[in-house]
Amino acid sequence: MTAPRDTQTPSAVTLRGLVKRFGPITAVDGLDLDVPYGTCVGLLGPNGAGKSTTMKALTAQVIPDEGELEVLGFRLPEDSKQARAQMGVVPQLDNLDVSLTVEQNLLVFAHLYRVPARERRAAIDRGLEIAKLGNRRHSKVDQLSGGMRRRLLIARALLHQPRLLLLDEPTVGLDPQVRQGIWALIDRMRSEGVSILMSTHYIEEAERLCDTVTIMSHGQAVAVGPPRALIAEHAGPVAIEVYGPPTRLSEVEGIAVERGWRTRRTGTSIAILHANGDFDLDGERRVTNLEDVFVLLTGEEIN
Amino acid sequence: MAVARAQRRLHRLEPAALRGMMMREVVNFSSFWRSSTFSSTVDPTIYLLAFGFGFGSLVSTVAGYSYIDFVGTGIVATTVLFAGAFPAMYSTFVKYEFQHTYDAILAAPVDTEELVTGEALWIGARTGIYGCVPMLVAVAFGLDPSWGMLLVPAIAGLAGLGWACFGIFIAAKADKIESFSYWQSGLLTPMFLVAGTFFPLDELPTWAQVLGNVNPLFHCVELVRHAVFGLEGWEDIGHLAFLVGFALVSWRLAVRFMERKLIL
Repeated sequence: MTAPRDTQTPSAVTLRGLVKRFGPITAVDGLDLDVPYGTCVGLLGPNGAGKSTTMKALTAQVIPDEGELEVLGFRLPEDSKQARAQMGVVPQLDNLDVSLTVEQNLLVFAHLYRVPARERRAAIDRGLEIAKLGNRRHSKVDQLSGGMRRRLLIARALLHQPRLLLLDEPTVGLDPQVRQGIWALIDRMRSEGVSILMSTHYIEEAERLCDTVTIMSHGQAVAVGPPRALIAEHAGPVAIEVYGPPTRLSEVEGIAVERGWRTRRTGTSIAILHANGDFDLDGERRVTNLEDVFVLLTGEEIN
Repeated sequence: MAVARAQRRLHRLEPAALRGMMMREVVNFSSFWRSSTFSSTVDPTIYLLAFGFGFGSLVSTVAGYSYIDFVGTGIVATTVLFAGAFPAMYSTFVKYEFQHTYDAILAAPVDTEELVTGEALWIGARTGIYGCVPMLVAVAFGLDPSWGMLLVPAIAGLAGLGWACFGIFIAAKADKIESFSYWQSGLLTPMFLVAGTFFPLDELPTWAQVLGNVNPLFHCVELVRHAVFGLEGWEDIGHLAFLVGFALVSWRLAVRFMERKLIL
């Protein structure tokens, strides 16, 4: 049987003009977003940019004030339950049942995700394999390390073989080694055809995993495109980092403004973007990256 | 992965979702049943023994019953409150506020209505069983067993369902766990005392009798007593109707206010 897709909806997720207000605060302010089938899309932005609110709108745990949402061909919020049956969600906050064992956590969600009784055993075993927790199946969750718990959260979201995976800050607070393991897992899911929407504020994560990224600031999309294209467009191929005491950095920044160069602060240096050959300041040349674009577009300071 | 399967249309209040919710509770219960059973049954038993021996030595009959018969049947309502409302209040609040369990569940194809209903059904069923414990203790102290006692789990279960829903409603209204004090001292404790469990309402001033009549615990007490000692026809249908009504109203309140809390 082939998937009933692509014919009506070109994308697994389509958002048009999403607006969500909490009292006087507008968390999401007219966001458009597409996740084409089979791709991994990153939602990038500083804390408070509206990423989590957007993710919650996709499971109808947030009801938008304005805008149109379609997930896997279902209109939200009215058909959200139908969409949720075919999507997996990995939350930012660990919400495993700590008093249950690894296996029991998977068992409960196999029920909630309506995995048919005869497939439940196999689904749980596959989950344990994905989480690499086969030898910990009878351990209570509160005895697991942070990385194990994160893998279990991902495995729980995959029990029903969803077509869409939502990952809200999937590697926040994890060691680099553990983070790599999670990345490998996400990449595996994408290669198996799962559409993925991932919010993150780790730039490297988006750069490595995502086909396209949407950079959000103050509830709006400020840039959309493949990471390489965004870097080329906004930061150029090469940046030059000038180091020095704060007074020197301010001075360099002044010169850059005079000459119409784009700069960003890194904390310890000033990076001059779109740097060409005719450059007369002392500095280290380096390849530009998505972080340059991110800081350039979302502002230097988080307020 | 990403296998497309023929998808069935999902409805409101799906049995599969309710089963999943109860499944979670049953599995979870296997790890804390000792403490839960202890607090839900020992408290009422202590009240039973304290009042039974304390008052029992002063009064021989109350409202036509021997005191042990009177209090041994009335005590079922106390268990209903302790095993129904209190666990619902605390477990709902903890799961919402500290464990974020509901976030996980609502990301699955489960609605707030199913979430609330599943939890309340489970607590109600548990309360039906717990409700009988102090009554059985009373049997050991001289309450005569009767066939009508077989109805008690059902009555306690129905009342427990109502109180579980009411407990969830309280938890949904509370923005911090300290707010429970107002409900406990302001509403639940007076209801617990003015339910006809330990003394009959007939001797109370009229206003207190009126209040007693809108107390679901009073209707539970009456129904249990009549089930054990002989049903009264229409009067008991009235008590039953009140308990059903209480459960329905509490259920809708719990769903409405949990939705308000969980869906932003």
